[in-house]
Amino acid sequence: MRDASGGVQNIVVFGGTSEIAVATLAHLITPSTTAVVLACRDVDAGRAVAESLDVADTVEVVVEHWDATAHDSHQGVVDAIGARVGDLDIVIMAAGVLGNQDALEADPTSAVGMIDANVTGPVVTLLACARQMRAQGHGHLVVLSSVASVRVRRAAAVYGAAKSALDQFALAMADGLSADGVDVTVVRPGFVHGRMTAGRPPAPFATTPDAVGAATAAAVRRGRRVVWVPSALRAVFAVLSLLPRPLFRAIADR
Amino acid sequence: MSVAATHRVSGWGNTTPVRVRLVDDAEVDMSAFGSRGAIPRGLGRAYGDAAQNSGGTVVRATGETIDLDDATGLVRVSAAVSIDELLRHVIPAGWFVPVSAGTRFVTIGGAIAADIHGKNHHRDGSFGDWVRSVRMLLASGDDVVVTPQSDPELFAATCGGMGLTGLIREATVQLIPVSSSQMAVSTRRCNDLDAVMSTMVDAEDTNRYTVAWVDATVRGARCGRGIVTFGDHAEDASGADPTAYRPRSPVRIPGPAVPLVNSVTGRIFSEMWFRRAPRARDDETMSIPAYFHPLDGVDRWNRVWGRRGFVQHQFVVPLDADDVVREALATVAASRPANFLNVLKRFGPGSDRPLSFPMPGWTLTMDLPATAEVASMLRGLDERVLAAGGRHYLAKDALVSPAAVSAGYPDIERFRSVRDRVDPNRVWCSDLSRRLGL
Repeated sequence: MRDASGGVQNIVVFGGTSEIAVATLAHLITPSTTAVVLACRDVDAGRAVAESLDVADTVEVVVEHWDATAHDSHQGVVDAIGARVGDLDIVIMAAGVLGNQDALEADPTSAVGMIDANVTGPVVTLLACARQMRAQGHGHLVVLSSVASVRVRRAAAVYGAAKSALDQFALAMADGLSADGVDVTVVRPGFVHGRMTAGRPPAPFATTPDAVGAATAAAVRRGRRVVWVPSALRAVFAVLSLLPRPLFRAIADR
Repeated sequence: MSVAATHRVSGWGNTTPVRVRLVDDAEVDMSAFGSRGAIPRGLGRAYGDAAQNSGGTVVRATGETIDLDDATGLVRVSAAVSIDELLRHVIPAGWFVPVSAGTRFVTIGGAIAADIHGKNHHRDGSFGDWVRSVRMLLASGDDVVVTPQSDPELFAATCGGMGLTGLIREATVQLIPVSSSQMAVSTRRCNDLDAVMSTMVDAEDTNRYTVAWVDATVRGARCGRGIVTFGDHAEDASGADPTAYRPRSPVRIPGPAVPLVNSVTGRIFSEMWFRRAPRARDDETMSIPAYFHPLDGVDRWNRVWGRRGFVQHQFVVPLDADDVVREALATVAASRPANFLNVLKRFGPGSDRPLSFPMPGWTLTMDLPATAEVASMLRGLDERVLAAGGRHYLAKDALVSPAAVSAGYPDIERFRSVRDRVDPNRVWCSDLSRRLGL
């Protein structure tokens, strides 16, 4: 359940080892929180994250095995989490892999796993969570998208297209879910310094996992549907979206 | 996906809206409740999540019975009847409700479930003290009449039980006699909290009703200055119709686009409210709505807080812990949130009802915006309240933790064992019971 200031009891993260998700958790955990579930592929890494979380003794931290590409298991995992902690108050979908466009072009089959992890798996799990939240009459889905989904560039064609599909899916789901008391927040960060981007040159408006976490938690409290981090990217991408393709190409593929 | 249409409901504070299925109490089909159970709802004046049940059923009260015994003042009344409707019926006959909350738009069922208190608690106790019997629908499907003699534990758990012991259908309540529909009210303006408190203590001996508005928008020595009002029902009213009672319909206001209450308007209001009060005035004649229910003059006044909603935080601390009241007001004054309405009252003896809020002590009620900053400020205060042996009012609550309830209501296991007996599967449940693990 939720309290008057937006603090919730149960928070579930899919892709529980994601740096952005962990940073978001730090901003979402309140004295009302009773359970945090980290659903992830690497259970050992999940346990390490669980250890590192700064939570009160009264908060139960659960690590659950969840593999984005094992679609058949998703409904069962969501049911098991519900049976263990009760209502799904906030669900954060943070699974995703950045991949390397050149490598994908050299080995086309490897794109399947990449798309599975970024779209197919998240969609299956989000559908299962949405069904549970409809039955609860409340809930909040938080979907980590990316500015890369807004206008997809050649250098990240597969990643951007996959995130674009997830982003559009989440926004469309939101239109139907609001009538059932369920909120959706789509998070569109720019370049985020961290493990996922280590070794890559930072893009303009680069940000940090903590900044994304803080902005996400604030957007969840206010019930905002889309949040850009940093917020200036909203205006930047409003312009980029309108650019003629040759001009966009010249800027994006510099 | 559910087939039945769902409705959005929230508490009076508008903070946690959810979707529920609504059914009328006359047509309750318990087999259709489903796994998320059901909770009764009256007029929706509980501030937090007491009368909502997300994803489940909310049972609306609908009955209209008011059966008054003119000679004794005992009234048999449907749970759905509001204090407003009851007063219109009984005042002309020379009777009055024994306990009045700050609004007359609460139902009898809600008044029992929250075991409401009023400005006369120091003398007359809370609503449950005046209930002689309750007819209710239990989780078993049985419609039973419960009295303090027939099933003392169930009766005690139901008065203050937030609707979690069953659906109250009807109650018999003892009214108090009045000879007019007017109040004789005295006012004292006090420049600091000490003066407010001592004025209240002095007034209690000779007055049925006492209450104070206190100011949490000024800092320093003046913090907690306030206006104490005390009085009683007027003995006789000149004129042909002493018990005429015709409250005006509430004024409707459009929902403001932005919250009207902020830290600036709150301070201006508080300053004006304080200054316009007389330094001392005795035996002013006031109407019942003007004295008991000033906020009812505006329809849906909760909308002045805007879309984000507000919390009405109410706690009680033992008499010797009045420092906590002082600290609470100083904390609010220091952080300057939007605030203009704080009410102070001294309770008399409590009851043995396990979830009943009143206990001997000072109770402070503060209306505040529902922000994360306010939540963390109040949580800091909560620790002081609990350490002092105090507790929070569940009918207002939308913030406290399960641990705060266990600490504040040491008798909660008695409540749970009644529920284990009459509702082992928790058919009757609410977002409040889920959030606080009642």
